[in-house]
Amino acid sequence: MTTLFAFIRVKGYNKGVRDLIVDALKGRGADYIEIHFEESQATSIVYRGEKLEEISKARNSGGNIRALVQGSWGFVSFNRPDGLREKVSLAVEEARLAGRESFKLFPTEPVADAVIPRLKQDATTIPLATKKELLDSYNDIMLSSSKIQSTRINYHDVKRRTIFANSEGSYIEQAKTDLSLRLTAIAREDNEIQQAGLSLGSNGEFSVMEELHEQARDIARRAAALLAAPQVKGGEYTVILDPILAGVFAHEAFGHLSESDHVYQNENLRQIMVLGKRFAGKHLNIIDDPTIPNLRGSYKYDDEGTPTRRTYLIREGILEGRLHSRETAAKMEERATGNARAINYLFPPIVRMSNTFIEPGNASFEEMLGDIEEGVYVKDWYGGTTTLEMFTFSAGEAYMIRRGRLAELLRPVVLTGNVFTTLQNIDAIGNDLEMNQGGGCGKGGQYPLPVSDGSPHIRIRHCVIGGR
Amino acid sequence: MEGLLEVLRSARKVAEQAEVFSASVRATTIQFEANELKQVQTRESSSSALRIFREGKMGFAIASGGGGWEALVDMAVETSQFGGPANFQFPSSQDYSKVRIFDPKIEKMAMERMVDIGKELIAKIKGHTPDILCDVQVTKGTSSVSLINSQGGEGGYDKSFFSLGLEGILVRDTDILWVDDSESSCRPGFIAIDALADRVIWQLEMAKKKATVSTKLLPIIFTPLGVASVLLSPLVLAFNSKTVLEGASPLKDKLGEQVFDKKLSLWDDATVAYGVGSYPFDDEGVPGQRLPLVVNGVVTNFLYDLQTAALAGTHSTGNGRRAGGGFPSPAISSLILGKGDISFQAMVKDMKEGLIVEEVIGAEQGNLLGGDFSGNVLLGYKVENGEIVGRVKDTMIAGNVYQVLKELLGIGQEARWVGGILQTPPLYCSRVSVTTKGS
Repeated sequence: MTTLFAFIRVKGYNKGVRDLIVDALKGRGADYIEIHFEESQATSIVYRGEKLEEISKARNSGGNIRALVQGSWGFVSFNRPDGLREKVSLAVEEARLAGRESFKLFPTEPVADAVIPRLKQDATTIPLATKKELLDSYNDIMLSSSKIQSTRINYHDVKRRTIFANSEGSYIEQAKTDLSLRLTAIAREDNEIQQAGLSLGSNGEFSVMEELHEQARDIARRAAALLAAPQVKGGEYTVILDPILAGVFAHEAFGHLSESDHVYQNENLRQIMVLGKRFAGKHLNIIDDPTIPNLRGSYKYDDEGTPTRRTYLIREGILEGRLHSRETAAKMEERATGNARAINYLFPPIVRMSNTFIEPGNASFEEMLGDIEEGVYVKDWYGGTTTLEMFTFSAGEAYMIRRGRLAELLRPVVLTGNVFTTLQNIDAIGNDLEMNQGGGCGKGGQYPLPVSDGSPHIRIRHCVIGGR
Repeated sequence: MEGLLEVLRSARKVAEQAEVFSASVRATTIQFEANELKQVQTRESSSSALRIFREGKMGFAIASGGGGWEALVDMAVETSQFGGPANFQFPSSQDYSKVRIFDPKIEKMAMERMVDIGKELIAKIKGHTPDILCDVQVTKGTSSVSLINSQGGEGGYDKSFFSLGLEGILVRDTDILWVDDSESSCRPGFIAIDALADRVIWQLEMAKKKATVSTKLLPIIFTPLGVASVLLSPLVLAFNSKTVLEGASPLKDKLGEQVFDKKLSLWDDATVAYGVGSYPFDDEGVPGQRLPLVVNGVVTNFLYDLQTAALAGTHSTGNGRRAGGGFPSPAISSLILGKGDISFQAMVKDMKEGLIVEEVIGAEQGNLLGGDFSGNVLLGYKVENGEIVGRVKDTMIAGNVYQVLKELLGIGQEARWVGGILQTPPLYCSRVSVTTKGS
C-alpha cells in the first residue's frame, strides 16, 4: 500500500506510477481528469512561555482526483491509493451531477518533468536538538526581558513531494520544503497586556532562523514599550506604511482582488476590474511572480501543471493582468498564469497568489516624512482580511508623525478602507523594497499557503485608522 | 482497533505510558458558486497519533494516510528526548454516558437530494433579490474516533454531521454587499432551509437603504452572528486554561468574582443532543460535560485538558481536543450563552441612535488577549429613534469585551445557533466607539 509513494523518492521519470495513472484514466468519458499524489514529513515545535508545549513529528500521505465533465468538477481525496479506478469513477459521477455549460480549459502543453530544488542547509535535515537549542535561546532572551509575562514560539518545517498527472499526458514530480517561524513576546503590567512579534519563513533554508538573538531582544522591548503607549485617536490620517505592512496591503487589498475566481463569474466585478483601466498614479506597479528563485511562494509548475510566469497586476497605475487557473483563464479569455494552488491533497487547486509585491519607486523615507504635518507611521503586522472592496489590516507597531518627524509610540492600530480609493491615495513610493516571508495565506478553508509579499515604504493620504 | 492495539503494544515496550488516538472522516460537499452547482467533493482522511511518556518526558507523533504506522513509535521516541515533563496519568477505563451525535439517516441522504436543497435555498433568496450571487455549501459526513491507552482506558464513537451555508454577494457599481448565514447539526432533518432563507432575506431587506453614522460612542446590538464575529474569540481565549496558567488571561485571578453583567451566564456543553460540537468523551478519553463558565456574571470555571489540569492541580474538564487529530489542547465543545428577557424588537425600539452589528472584519486582529476588538463593519445597520434605517458602510467599531459585557443594556429572549458551536441571543451593549470616514 505504501509502495506507490516509495516511487516518489526516485528522481525523474517514473514508469510505474505513470502507467498506473494512465490505466486509471482510461475510457472515462470525462473532459479532463487529473491526479495528485503527495507525501510529506513535518516537524513542529511550539512554546508557550517557558513551557515547551509541543514537539512533534508527522508523516502524511494521500492524493486526490479531479474530474471535469460538462463544465462541472468532481473531486475525491483519499489516504489510500488502492482502488484508484473506483475513485476516478466517483469523481466522474460527482461531476456529472451538475452538467453545466461545457468549456475547454486553457490549453497547456503536456509536460514530463521533475523539479527537485537544491538547498544549502535543508531545515528538514537539521537535528531536533539543534532546532530546540536555538529556539530555547530566543525564548530565554524574551522571557528574561523586563515586563515580559509570557512568550509564544511556533516553528514548523515540512518537506513535501508531489506527483501530478493528467489525462492530457502531463506527468510532473515536484519537491518543496517550507519553513515558518513566529516569535511573540507578551508584556503585562497590572491589567494591561500588550504583545509584539516577528514572523519569518523560507523555502526550507535553515539559516533564516539562526542568529535572531538581537531581534528577540527587540520584540521583548517593543511589547514592554507598548504598555505605556497611548491609543491613537480614530480618524483620517496621512500614513506611511513600512515595507512589511505595505506588502500585506499589496497582498490583501489588491492581490485577492486580482484572483480571477472572485471576478470571472461576477458581471459587476468584471466591470470594475477592466484591464486597461487606471487604478492609481503612474508610479504604482504591483507584481505577482512565482518564478523569483528561493522565496516561499516560488514554484515551477502550479497544481494544474501550468508553468509559471511573472504577472503584472498593475503597471504604471493601470490594471494589466490578473491571476488565473486554467478554468478562469479560459472563461475570461486570458492566459493561464500558473496560480492554481492547493495547500495539500485534501483540497482542489484554487486561484492563489505566489510572491506579490509593489515595485520600488524613488522616494526616500525622509522625503515621505518631510511634508506630513500630522500623520501615523505604521509598521509590521498582525494580519489582514479583505472582502473584495473593503480591507482591514492591523499594524503591530505605530508612531505618530508630527511636523515631518517621528513622534511617540502608539498602541497597535487597525487600518481600513476601500481598495479603489486607497490605491488612488498612494502618493509616494519608496526606493527600499523588502520581501516578507512570514505567515501564510488563507482562502476557501485552505490555510496556511506559503506565499511571500513585499514592498518599499509607501505613503497613503486620507486613510481611516480605528481608535477610541 | 486492531491496528491501534499493535501500536500500543510496541509503544509500551519503550515507554512508561502510551496512548493511541485514531480518527477518520468522510465528507461530501456540494458546492454552488454564483448560483450554479460548481463542484462536488468527497474527502476521506484518517490519522493515528501516538503519545508516550518515556523517562518522564512526553513524546508525540502522528501519521495520516496510508503509511507511517511503523514509524510512529520511533518518531515519538525521538521527540520524547526533548518533550515536556509527563505530569499526569492517562485516564483508566470508565463508562461514558451516551450522547446523541449519530443519525443513521445521514447514510440515506443522497447527493441528488443535497443538490436539490442547495437549489431550493438559492431559489428562495433569488426570489427576493434576483441579481444576487449565492455561494452555497451543502455538506454531509460521518466521522469516527477510537482511543486506547496503557492505563486501560478505551473508547470509540461515530458521529454524523450535516450543514448548509450561504454567502450572498450583491454588487452595484463599486458598492458590494455581503450577506451570509449557516446551519449545522448531526441530524440532516434538523436543518431548516426556510429559517435560513428568512434570516438572509431579512439581512437583504435591512441593507436595502444606506445610512450614515458619525464618529462617536454609540449603543450596539450584536446579533447572534455579531456575537460570534466580535465577542467570541477573546472570551474563548480567556477561558482557555493555557492562557490562564501562563498568567495572560484577564480572568486568571477572577474565579468566583463578578466580572460580567449579572444577566450573563455562559456554559461549555459537550452533551447537547445532536450538537456538532458534542461528544461522549474528549480526545484524551475524559467524559464531556455541561460546564458552567459564567453564572450570573461570576466566573466559575476554565477549560482544562489533562496536561493543563495537572499543572493547575485540578481535573480535566473534558475539553482536551485535537485539531486534525494532532496534539491535544484545551478547546470548547459548544458554547451556550444564557437567554435574557427582552425581545430583539424591544431592543431596537429602545435605541435612540445606535448600530446593529452582524459581522465585522478584522475584529480578531487586535489585542485579543486583553479583550480588545476593533474592525470594519461588514454588515451592520443604523438605528434611529427605534427604527432600523439602513446599512452602514466605511464604519469601524472598537472596544473591549470586558468593558462591553460588564454592563449590558439587555440580553435577548431568543437564542440561536451560529456555526453549530455557539448558541446565543442578541446582546444589547452600551457605548461602543464608532469611527467613520470623513468625520
